[in-house]
Amino acid sequence: MANMLDRRAAVKSLLSNRGDMLVLTGLGGTCWDAAAAGDDPLTFYLWGAMGGAAMVGLGLALAQPERRVVVITGDGEFLMGLGALATISAEKPKNLGIVIIDNEHYGETGMQPTHTGRGIDLAKLAAAAGFPATAVATDEASLAKAITVAREAPGPTLSVIKVSVDKHPLVLPPRDGAYLKDRFRGALLGAQSVL
Amino acid sequence: MPDSAVAALDWPAQIYDVLRAFQVRQVAHVPDAGHARLIRLCEADAGMRTVTLTTEEEGIALLTGAHLGGQRGVLLMQSSGVGNTINMLSLVKHCRVPFLTIVTMRGEWGEFNPWQVPMGQATRASLLAQDIVVYDVTEPESVKDTVEAAAKLAFNSVQQVAVTISQRVLGSKSFKD
Repeated sequence: MANMLDRRAAVKSLLSNRGDMLVLTGLGGTCWDAAAAGDDPLTFYLWGAMGGAAMVGLGLALAQPERRVVVITGDGEFLMGLGALATISAEKPKNLGIVIIDNEHYGETGMQPTHTGRGIDLAKLAAAAGFPATAVATDEASLAKAITVAREAPGPTLSVIKVSVDKHPLVLPPRDGAYLKDRFRGALLGAQSVL
Repeated sequence: MPDSAVAALDWPAQIYDVLRAFQVRQVAHVPDAGHARLIRLCEADAGMRTVTLTTEEEGIALLTGAHLGGQRGVLLMQSSGVGNTINMLSLVKHCRVPFLTIVTMRGEWGEFNPWQVPMGQATRASLLAQDIVVYDVTEPESVKDTVEAAAKLAFNSVQQVAVTISQRVLGSKSFKD
């Protein structure tokens, strides 16, 4: 049955043994999911800037071509910046994996349906834009493949993980953006990177 | 200064030299005729990655990612694009990301196309509403110094800075070509 994966378990699997992976989240649910999986200085949480997560990922991936960059964001967040599919595909960042935690709803604003529950297939859009690898997870077997695509396949990749609308306790990471930015840069680039 | 001397001043090349001096590596843009020469210069530089955006707010996000990864960037856009960036500017403001944008103006000085005027007239106020430092350039000979000062403020003092280049510098689009 579709839409029955648990988002917290899926993100925990995605981030387990993450190695030197650089992680970005979108606002809302994926922010809490990543925090619940375990806070890490090399996770940069977007608490706002809706529609921008994938593009932050592109800028980071271009600046750090030797590191895998994984963006974890929601369907609503990603839909706001769909043009990024074209921009990212044109730049062909081999080290960028985008993961959509797709519950087909705007979870932070009252569970209004998004377009993905009404026939808009983000994986097909990414494939049509020229992403060399896409995956859709609806069960445990396809989840494992979607995670491998996000973490290892030559990018840019897009993995859609269809999840249930079940509510989870809020797990809030730090929310000061300047702190999160300095923490991330310090861990990645060294203490001298911080002004 | 006579017109011939103004025409001879290669201010886009001067901007390029400043960007190179500041080790700018990612050049994000939504094209504008006023930026055409600068974009060509950046594209020809193997040390710069030019990224064509579908909309200007992508550039704010891109340059935030670049900064997270240790690279400097610049966003080149037309004044109409400033309106597209307003919410995304929260990202560089709140996260204290060094941010430099160079904005070529439309709808500001001798404009022919009335559709350009509302956003052109609102550009400066829009940037100020998001607490962006705005430097206006109205003469070609001021371009270099202004962009240099803006780059210093952005990259040395971690500020968010816009340089607007007037149609007095660019010339108004003639619609006769």
